[in-house]
Amino acid sequence: MSRYYRQLAEQARNKFGNRIQSCDVEWGELTIVADRHELLDVAVTLRDDPQFAFAELLDVCGVDYSEYGGEGQWQGARFASVYHLLSIEHNHRLRLKVMLDNEPPVVPSVVDIWAAANWFEREAFDLYGIVYEGHPDLRRILTDYGFIGHPFRKDFPLIGNVEMRYDPEKQRVVYQPVSIEPRVVQQRVIRDDHRYADRLQQEEEE
Amino acid sequence: MPEIRNYTLNFGPQHPAAHGVLRLVLEMDGEVIQRADPHVGLLHRATEKLAESKPYNQTIPYMDRLDYVSMMCNEHGYVLALEKLLDITPPLRAQYIRVMFDELTRILNHLMWLGTHALDVGAMTMFLYCFREREDLMDMYEAVSGARMHAAYYRPGGVYRDLPGKMAQYQSSKYKDEAETRRINEARSGSLLDFIEEFVQRFPTNIDEYETLLTDNRIWKQRTVGIGVVSPERALQLGFTGPMLRGSGIEWDLRKKQPYEVYDRMDFDIPVGVNGDCYDRYLVRIEEMRQSTRIIKQCIEWLRNNPGPVILDDHKFAPPRREEMKDDMEALIHHFKLFTEGYTLPAGEVYTAIEHPKGEFGIYLVSDGANKPYRLKVRAPGFSHLAAMDEMSEGHMLADVVAIIGTMDIVFGEIDR
Repeated sequence: MSRYYRQLAEQARNKFGNRIQSCDVEWGELTIVADRHELLDVAVTLRDDPQFAFAELLDVCGVDYSEYGGEGQWQGARFASVYHLLSIEHNHRLRLKVMLDNEPPVVPSVVDIWAAANWFEREAFDLYGIVYEGHPDLRRILTDYGFIGHPFRKDFPLIGNVEMRYDPEKQRVVYQPVSIEPRVVQQRVIRDDHRYADRLQQEEEE
Repeated sequence: MPEIRNYTLNFGPQHPAAHGVLRLVLEMDGEVIQRADPHVGLLHRATEKLAESKPYNQTIPYMDRLDYVSMMCNEHGYVLALEKLLDITPPLRAQYIRVMFDELTRILNHLMWLGTHALDVGAMTMFLYCFREREDLMDMYEAVSGARMHAAYYRPGGVYRDLPGKMAQYQSSKYKDEAETRRINEARSGSLLDFIEEFVQRFPTNIDEYETLLTDNRIWKQRTVGIGVVSPERALQLGFTGPMLRGSGIEWDLRKKQPYEVYDRMDFDIPVGVNGDCYDRYLVRIEEMRQSTRIIKQCIEWLRNNPGPVILDDHKFAPPRREEMKDDMEALIHHFKLFTEGYTLPAGEVYTAIEHPKGEFGIYLVSDGANKPYRLKVRAPGFSHLAAMDEMSEGHMLADVVAIIGTMDIVFGEIDR
């Protein structure tokens, strides 16, 4: 499987040249990282070029890399918008990634290329605050009406900011600041496991 | 003559045909839908954010609660992602057990879909028939995992326990007399495999029964033929997968095209629709249930003849046996480490997908080398299906919206996550 994708990566490199930032095969999966100004161009080519033929967009999601590898370890752009593509014709997959640094992060919408992106982009906007330029209807989708903040960002607390209760005096539901304490049951630890190091080396040698 | 304007109709979230908590805002011209705007998220529990704060194994039970009518398939997608990063392959017996339970889960899911879809459209009897068979499937879940629904049975490296040699027996009560209890217990007198075998022997007859009620039923056809038609091109554009895509005539099934576990050893066919309407999708799912029984039969035969381990014997991610812990220090330490800190995965990103009863269920896992996921994204099939609600219902009558919701097989556990 890896060999097939390495070949596909080669084809992509030849096709796009320096229009893409990187094109790697890891764990038998091909990842292309593109600049946000080139995204639409790359996406259209991936869909229409017969050697790629990615007719289907399966998933769009945001990632917040700010605490990757522990606090203060990550040097690159904070956000990423990740697209998972599938070609039914050639039976292969591809991950397209755009790194975003601005606040708010802005990226062109691919909804005109794949209609499936509509709700997925709304979701990434809702949860990460990524603004998809050119999206016809960029509303919140999963969180409550009138919600404040973008809950999946790493600086948004797990317990949230507000809680809801019924107020018998006002005879309606009211919001108030959360009354519970944040709690970490299991610490997050990163261990240097030699088994994994060996394996990565093996893969490179292959 | 007063001017007739469009008006807006609110449908749900407490409507029985809304399959949980769907709120639909419909813009109507008389009784014709102009625009449908589904409001989702009323069941949003932030599963993906919760997973970021828990060791890997503790997220498995959360997976059950995503699509709560096909529990083990969700677990399967997640466990495959872990196994890909850990670079392990479960023992063959575990793979067969997983395939067998994936297919039982597919029947479980399709029965739920068929019962509720038919009920929405007006066929009450189907609901009762389907839930009769679901009860047996729930008993299989219970026998193997101890829980009727939220099993947490699949683990990285295999499955939690081997199939039991004995089934639990019912006891008579004032609601169930002795004779009735004896009748129910008769099928449950042998092992779990015997019980499953007895089930797949009689289940095709049950499907025939459902088909006599619906397939040529005039009312059923009036309500489903030509409703919610999706062309193959649009189905791809809209990101459809699973029966929704196959109903539109595209032969695509991950079990055949990108086989995982032991699906490449199984002999089965993929049903494909022609017109891409609700009726074709109904036929596709009915045929899928028949094919599932075929796969299960093959699994039973193999499992009977090939005993063996069901989980890898590596205590870095699978707990040691209880007896070992009594007199082996090493085992005790492993057990303690595993249930407190868990295990770490190498840094990297993977996407794994399985053919879930509803479509492609994908897990995108970003790991930074810690004992918890850095980012977990669940690609739920129902999400992109429901996104097409506007397009599928435009120009249809209000009553057809119910049929379209039914045919999408939506469950809000996975859409809202």
